Amino acid sequence: MDFLIEVGRYMANNSSTFVSLTIEHIIMVVQAIAYALIAGVPLGILAAKYKKLAPVILSLVNILQLIPSIAMLAILLIYFGMGTSTVVIGLFFYSLLPIVRNTYVGIKEVDPGITEAGKGIGMTPLQLLAKVQFPLSIPFLMAGLRVAAVIAVAVATIAPYIGGGGLGREIVSGINLQNEIRLVAGAIPAAVLAIIADFLLGKVENKTKRRFAN
Amino acid sequence: MIQLKKVSKIYDDGFQALKEIDLTFEEGQLNVLIGPSGCGKTTTMKLLNRLIDYTDGELTINDKLISEINPIDLRRQMGYVIQSIGLFPHMTIYDNVAAVPKLLKWDKKKIDKKVDELLNMVDLDPQVYKKRYPNELSGGQQQRIGVIRALAAEPDIILMDEPFSALDPISREQLQDELVKLQQEINKTIVFVTHDMDEAIKIADQIILMRDGEVVQKGSPHELLTNPANAFVEDFIGSERLEQAKGLPPMTAFIDQNYTYGTHDQSVEAVMKLMLDHKQDQLPIVDENNLYLGVVSLYDAIGQQDKTLNDLIVKVDAYQRDDETKQFVGSRETIAPVIEKDGTFIGVLDQDQVLDVLYQKFDSKSGVKS
Repeated sequence: MDFLIEVGRYMANNSSTFVSLTIEHIIMVVQAIAYALIAGVPLGILAAKYKKLAPVILSLVNILQLIPSIAMLAILLIYFGMGTSTVVIGLFFYSLLPIVRNTYVGIKEVDPGITEAGKGIGMTPLQLLAKVQFPLSIPFLMAGLRVAAVIAVAVATIAPYIGGGGLGREIVSGINLQNEIRLVAGAIPAAVLAIIADFLLGKVENKTKRRFAN
Repeated sequence: MIQLKKVSKIYDDGFQALKEIDLTFEEGQLNVLIGPSGCGKTTTMKLLNRLIDYTDGELTINDKLISEINPIDLRRQMGYVIQSIGLFPHMTIYDNVAAVPKLLKWDKKKIDKKVDELLNMVDLDPQVYKKRYPNELSGGQQQRIGVIRALAAEPDIILMDEPFSALDPISREQLQDELVKLQQEINKTIVFVTHDMDEAIKIADQIILMRDGEVVQKGSPHELLTNPANAFVEDFIGSERLEQAKGLPPMTAFIDQNYTYGTHDQSVEAVMKLMLDHKQDQLPIVDENNLYLGVVSLYDAIGQQDKTLNDLIVKVDAYQRDDETKQFVGSRETIAPVIEKDGTFIGVLDQDQVLDVLYQKFDSKSGVKS
């Protein structure tokens, strides 16, 4: 108990630092997720629309996900140097799989009857995608986004090793100085951040699900 | 008018779904394609909006080759209703019904008016339902929306692919009735696919019965019922329905030729005696050439012995030999005379006797009679 009070005291004394670290953390994650959406959604759509592309795209993003995070960041370090942008690139790669896969599954899961109706009333393939298939895949996409966000919040804590910022800085300092208080003071907000992201995006996901449930 | 001339469809795997089909769908008619699964009925329908392209032959709509019409334009000019209803779950009822007009870029006011009109047509209050989502509606209501979505852009041709088969029996019957009623109003060329013979008989102008990619018989429901082309057709229609279609036996089966009758030159007294002897309260009267004159009733004759018979004859309309039995059964007359075309008296129909025959028929059907 005393330990936790001390952690609290430490955080309170350095509150402005913690606020800016948290903001840094969030910015990195949001940037990475945004890029992952921009790249991942079209990739998922391509995979769903072209049968031959699907295995190529899906296994590629799968492989990216399987590289251990510390190794991934080390490899990126070689090519992109130290800095926040390298961290964002790494987080982007990690977020890609859930987003691509869920977009793909979401479009594949659209009731064939609904697709046929769209086609039958004279929608062009593009209209069918934009007005029917993509909107109906959004609940799946939201689920993917949620998974991606939680992973990114966690992985972002190792950013300081390659020159990034965020709450990982306190954790790494804590490890280096063997200071338990600083370590835990960095870990707790990171965990809370992940829980909040999970909770909020879960709400959004449910909302879209309810709307589209049939 | 849609015409198919020697149209064949062979799939890539070599399966021949249609074998030189010849068909005509007349304008303003409700055509039903029916047959066992795999007979090619759905394939035939999907040729019409080019969801499937045929391999061989000629398919024209209003004398224009269908292969020369852009499939997207073609589909927007045709209504399409499918079995799984296929409403867009993320769109409101309004947006669903307005889907095709929006693709055709109608202006908003025109669309609004059309949506209201169509919703009213199927008895769904626009103010209540327009903003709802499909999952807030019952299955029957959803398919009503499915039907009016197909009508929204005022197409001349509507394709319906087993539209009511996923509904519960009550909704199904309701929607069939509504479709028949609707068709009287809108008078479209409808191509309707089903596997339900009752449905086909109920709604069709023309039934096209298919098997193994070929047309076995086409014609009005009445033609199919009264004149099935072969054993397969009989089998598919079912003996029960054929029996029902035959209806009541012809009138001649019921005519009682031994019924006592009088001649117009007899006295009132003699006629009364005849009736009393035979326990009849009515007596048909004929002239010397056996031509039917009318009927004398016992109650009219009592106490009128001083009058001539001619004064008492009531001209009751007689049936002719070829009339439908149904007419007599429906009339509730106790007895009725039957005559030849030239007026010659044949005999009498007796409601009791007709009912006896009907009871027998009913008993044997419900299995009461051993």
